[in-house]
Amino acid sequence: MSAKEILTGAEALIRSLEMENVETMFGLPGGCILPAYDPLLKSSIRHVLVRHEQGAGHMAQGYAHVTGRPGVAMVTSGPAATNMVTPLCDAFMDSIPMVCITGQVATSAIGTDAFQECDTIGITRSVTKHNELIMRAEDIPMAVRQAFHIATTGRPGPVLLDVPKDILVNKMEWNWPTDQEVLDALPGYRTVTEGDAKQIKAAAKLLLSSERPVLYLGGGVLKARAAEAVKELAEMLQAPVVTTLMARGAFPDNHPLCYGMPGMHGTATAITAMQKADLLCALGARFDDRVTGKVAGFAPEAKIIHVDIDPAEQGKVRKPDVPLTGDCRVIVEEIIKAIKELQASGTAQVDITPWRSRVNGWREQFPLVYEPSEPGGRLKPQFCLERLRDLAPAGTIVCAGVGQHQMWTSLYWEFNEPYTWVNSGGLGTMGFSVPAAIGAKAGQPDKTVWAIDGDGCFQMTAQELVTATTEGIHVKIAILNNTYLGMVRQWQEMFYGERYSEVDLAGCPDFVKWAEAMGCVGIRVESPEEIDAAIERANSINDRSVVIEFRVEEFEKVFPMVPAGAANDDVLLHPMQESRREFLK
Amino acid sequence: MSTLNTNNPYGDSHKHHILSVIVQNRPGVLARVSGLFARRGYNIYSLAVAPSYDADFSRITMVVDISATPLEQIVQQLFKLIDVVEITELDPRKSVEREMLMASIEVEGDRRAQVVDLAGIYEAKVLDVGSASLTISLDDTPEKLDDFEELLRGYGIVESQRTGRVALPKLERESPKGGTKGKAS
Repeated sequence: MSAKEILTGAEALIRSLEMENVETMFGLPGGCILPAYDPLLKSSIRHVLVRHEQGAGHMAQGYAHVTGRPGVAMVTSGPAATNMVTPLCDAFMDSIPMVCITGQVATSAIGTDAFQECDTIGITRSVTKHNELIMRAEDIPMAVRQAFHIATTGRPGPVLLDVPKDILVNKMEWNWPTDQEVLDALPGYRTVTEGDAKQIKAAAKLLLSSERPVLYLGGGVLKARAAEAVKELAEMLQAPVVTTLMARGAFPDNHPLCYGMPGMHGTATAITAMQKADLLCALGARFDDRVTGKVAGFAPEAKIIHVDIDPAEQGKVRKPDVPLTGDCRVIVEEIIKAIKELQASGTAQVDITPWRSRVNGWREQFPLVYEPSEPGGRLKPQFCLERLRDLAPAGTIVCAGVGQHQMWTSLYWEFNEPYTWVNSGGLGTMGFSVPAAIGAKAGQPDKTVWAIDGDGCFQMTAQELVTATTEGIHVKIAILNNTYLGMVRQWQEMFYGERYSEVDLAGCPDFVKWAEAMGCVGIRVESPEEIDAAIERANSINDRSVVIEFRVEEFEKVFPMVPAGAANDDVLLHPMQESRREFLK
Repeated sequence: MSTLNTNNPYGDSHKHHILSVIVQNRPGVLARVSGLFARRGYNIYSLAVAPSYDADFSRITMVVDISATPLEQIVQQLFKLIDVVEITELDPRKSVEREMLMASIEVEGDRRAQVVDLAGIYEAKVLDVGSASLTISLDDTPEKLDDFEELLRGYGIVESQRTGRVALPKLERESPKGGTKGKAS
């Protein structure tokens, strides 16, 4: 028998990450994690050195979003761990696979209020799918294997491993657990893939017999790599499809069956189609409050088929008529099979052409609209987005922060491919887009990555453009600068009698100079004639990151809008469309 | 138990259920469970936790309030915790339940004999005797404990502590006809 290989915990940690096929990780070293940064020097893993730990977390998320592989972040203890809480929570809310490694004070110092000590496990318990404090060097490989297994299977999510400094220094005998050993060590973790056969048949019957079906796609479609299967289902039924904020791109926007995004700032057509439906087939969607509006008034006539990998989502918000727990792709494929069998045995689908023409009527009556800017007036953010969209190279990945610009991007961009849209849906983390874009570009270096940002968001995490420059990860940032916390301002205008409280960001910095100081190309656009040239210039630059500041209209509002707490039937249309409201019947 | 006890600390019995949860016996597992309940706003009436027959696992017996959240949702959320291995919902009609009560009672003069008498009726034990007080323990069904506690209250409880209930499913028994109990329907 060959002699066992003796490694330090740190060497075992880095080797374990290599064994998990980690190619890129994001992080920032510090006291307790120091030992792990030494073997990294010899590792095949590319480490991206960030300027703030939150950036490392969001980069890992952006990377995971566009590659489907877990994003990895490594930081030290204490403040670094607490800076990681926001990305962990963001990843938890949006079911992003992520593995985060934090340093911890030596085991002998735990609990003594040592320098840079914090209760990382306690703090992150409710924002991770799982977390673990590693107490022996020999446990590291198993802990890493479990972390990747848990992060990427079932409903994906973030897993944190907290590693005390002495554990990284201690010696261990290298061992790499087998798949079976990993499963045996997790007796409480089993995921369900296949749906219940009876319920699949019930779903197929319901889909064939409904007069007003809507396929309601959530982020789970993307997590399950189910876009192709879902497209087949939609086409065989010719049923209208809506894609939530997390599912943009899961079904092509240029497909005639796609009616866009539902919810608080969804299209009037998507919102109304769900309201009037007699069947909602929810695929990897969780009936989020931003989609349902007032739950009691949501899709009152609809029966529900709910496909979700997480059994706890069944009935959490709305009781399903047909609950289907399992992998979305597997279940949709099974439903397609069941439909074909029913059709072969003579069950025909109810004629839904009247429903389709009704929904198409809404689409014609209620397109997205905005008032074009007056000559000499401020740019319209929607117009900037239309130009960015139309001039973007094929396959462009788009990231957004949180707020008005995010909603406009989701509404005005045309997402025709999956995994081209990265945003913070559940947590709504301002400052998400710059680091997420860098992570996305690191994961898909051959694609153009545009981050659409607001001036408020940009000022939260802009320093990561220094990371982009030094690491040569070149992204493009479009700041829609309305010198306000725009979405909050919109609410204050509409719901607080135009009493603007602490939303004016007029003292904003010179974004062009700031971009240049970070090694980027900075461009300012103030008039419509400058837009195309600026965008084309940005698209042609591939050796530096580019920041375009669009000076946009301050008082532009996002429409449609379902006010918080209102039922979706009471959606506020664009003022230009309110007079036609009766057509939304 | 027919006695209606308005002081029942468990409130309306229709609104609580017993869950028997097997968890991996690891550091922090109780914090995970209680943290989940706190975060999701679920109520726990009582909680008992101790290692099970297998040292690798612990059994948590909890009485949960289902007036605000459906039991199904609580169970599914609990089951998402990686350390939770098995959850059994115990129907009070099909389980044996026990709880323990310890209480110190003021017993001046001839009241001592009355309390000792009462303890005898309930098969409670006298654990400790002070000059003017007694500490009594009773392990029985939670309903019996409610009853006993109410009677003791008349004498003046100085301090009392209940453990929270523990429960196990009733064992299946061969019925005289050879069938298995519970399969009749």
